[in-house]
This record gives sequence, structure tokens and C-alpha cells, in this order.
Amino acid sequence: MDQATPPANTGSTIRVSVWRSSGAGGVASGEGRFEVFEVPRQPSQTVLDVVTHIQRHLDPTLTYRFACRVGVCGSCAMVVNGEARWTCRTHVDKVSADGTLEIAPLRNLPVIRDLATDMSVFFDKWARAKGQFSGSRSRTDDFAVVSPQSEERQQVDLGIECIGCGVCYSSCDVVEWKPDYLGPAAMNRAWTLINDTRDEARRERLAAVAGDAGCHACHTHMTCTERCPKHLPLTAAIAGLKRMTTRALLKGEL
Amino acid sequence: MNARTQAWLWFLQRASAAMLGFFVLVHLATMIYAVRSGLSAGEILARTRGNIPWMLFYAVFVASVAVHVPIGLRNILAETFAWRGRSLEVAMLGVGVFFLLFGLRAVWAVYAPGAGLP
Repeated sequence: MDQATPPANTGSTIRVSVWRSSGAGGVASGEGRFEVFEVPRQPSQTVLDVVTHIQRHLDPTLTYRFACRVGVCGSCAMVVNGEARWTCRTHVDKVSADGTLEIAPLRNLPVIRDLATDMSVFFDKWARAKGQFSGSRSRTDDFAVVSPQSEERQQVDLGIECIGCGVCYSSCDVVEWKPDYLGPAAMNRAWTLINDTRDEARRERLAAVAGDAGCHACHTHMTCTERCPKHLPLTAAIAGLKRMTTRALLKGEL
Repeated sequence: MNARTQAWLWFLQRASAAMLGFFVLVHLATMIYAVRSGLSAGEILARTRGNIPWMLFYAVFVASVAVHVPIGLRNILAETFAWRGRSLEVAMLGVGVFFLLFGLRAVWAVYAPGAGLP
């Protein structure tokens, strides 16, 4: 059943347009088409339930990714009615007042097939932003003491809950305009490490997130902050990196 | 261009924006005052000719524009038309020099004591 001959919507079903890929380019590239399915409406139904129904009952060739189904793993993010969301935590009621849904793969990432994207670029950028903790203590040293009330630790707390779902990356216009741009999640990770008083690679990390591919390219659109399912202040983290890199620049440390 | 230079460009654009905010406000207030007071071009020139504070004000104004515009334009061109690399840097340097030279020429025209009416 294709988009040209959609089935009639009876009211007890949802009419779902699902991206079926023919290449890696995603919706913007036109490498694929939306295929329409009619899915039975259920109480407390999530968008992931809808996709699963299609794959199990209507078309077993539909490809998508999920794991935990409860908003912990960050695997099932897709673009639902134009906005990137966790499909497992998105109730159909909240996004489909008119009984229709459009489900597409995340933007700004290559499509493996249909709704599953290749997240390699996304996580490679975490590595480029020096997203790995770099400590100097060994197992024979005593524990580092970090006060939960310290300003640095409180900054870490604000951003540490990121689970790497890619919703912010998919929602970011700058990523679309500048493919090298690190994106909000990678820089949020760098921000949490820069505020980690145990970390030893602050200077290298500031250098890694500076410039046109880093924090200085952010236009403060705040779409990442708006769309983050965990409500992390990603734009504020990037603004913090701008302040810190500027201080380092003026001191000749960048 | 390395990330350090790019960070400098970002800083210079923010700093020049802050300066332009001040310059534009003073410029607009002065223009409105001059027009509402009914000053002619000749009367305005009589006040600006040989006036070093006004000359310095507009010279720094022009310099701020020459810094601010090419950096912003560089971002717009890179993001909208994917124009990047050496050719973009050279073109934007040209834009900056253009604004600086023609801006300073205009400043000189209203400052130079011996210049006639435009």
C-alpha cells in the first residue's frame, strides 16, 4: 500500500506514514518515500507501539531500532510529526490529535534502513570533543572528594543525565548547515568533564570544542534544549564553553 | 584557519557588536537632533570639519563595521552556500578592506578642513 492510495481512516485506527528508505540520505534527500499504514488505536499507545505493530503485523521488512522501551537506553528516537522524539515515551494522544502520524528517521544522520540511523558520526564527535574522562589518580590513591554543593559539581549535575539518544543532534540546524559541527550532546559531555574537578585534560578539551566546528558555531537557537527529552540545558552548556574558551583565549591558553 | 583563530574571530565579532551598539545609538541620536534642528548640510559640515573627536568617533565606527561585517558574512556564506576554505577567507578579507577604505574615505570627507561640499 503506498502513499498514492491511502486507506480510509475509520476513526478507530491511526493513519501512519512511515519512511521507507532507498538510500542513506534521509527524508531531506528524497532517497525513499513515505508508506501509509492503518494501525488499530489502543489506549495508552506509544509511537513505538505503533511502529512495532506495523513491523509485527503489517510489514516485517520495516527496520527500526529500540531496546528498553522505557526511556532509559536512547535507542528509539525518531522524527514524529516533524519533531525528533523518543518514540517509547511519546503517547500517540500527545502528537496525533487528527488521527495521523508521520514517522521518519532522525535528521542529520545517515540512514541504515527505513527508521534506523547510523549513530557512528554522532559518537565519533563525542570522541572528537574529548568526551573521555582523563584522570591522574591510580587505584592506590584515596578517593577524590567532590562536594555536591560546589559550583562545578552542580554544573555537572545539570548535564550528566544525557543518554546519547541523538534527539538534540537531529534537531540542530547548525549540524545540518555545518556537517563538521560537534553538536549539542558532544559539547554537553565536554562541559560536564570540564567541570569535573578530577579531570586533567581541561586545556586540550577546550581546544577541541573551540572554533567553527565547536561551540563558536552555535547560534543559540535553543532547539536542542527545547527538544531534549531529559530537559538538559544544552544551550547553556555550550554558552559555558564559549565563556571558558574566551577566557582561555585571552589568557593565551587556547 | 585553526580553531584558535576561529575563536578570535568569534570574540572580535562579539566585541565589535558591542561597540556598534553604542556607535549606532549615538549616530542615530545625532542625526535625529541635526535634522529636527533644521541644520543644512553646510552647517553640519561646519561642525564636523576639523573636529577631531567626531573624526575619531566615526573612524572607530567604521573600523568596527569592517571587523564585524566580514566575520558575520563569512558564517552566513559558509552555512547557507557551503562556501568554505581559503577562497572564502580571502574574499571576506577583501570585504573588510572595502568597508574600511570606503568608510574612512567618507570620514575624511566630512572631517578634512579644506574639502568642499559633497
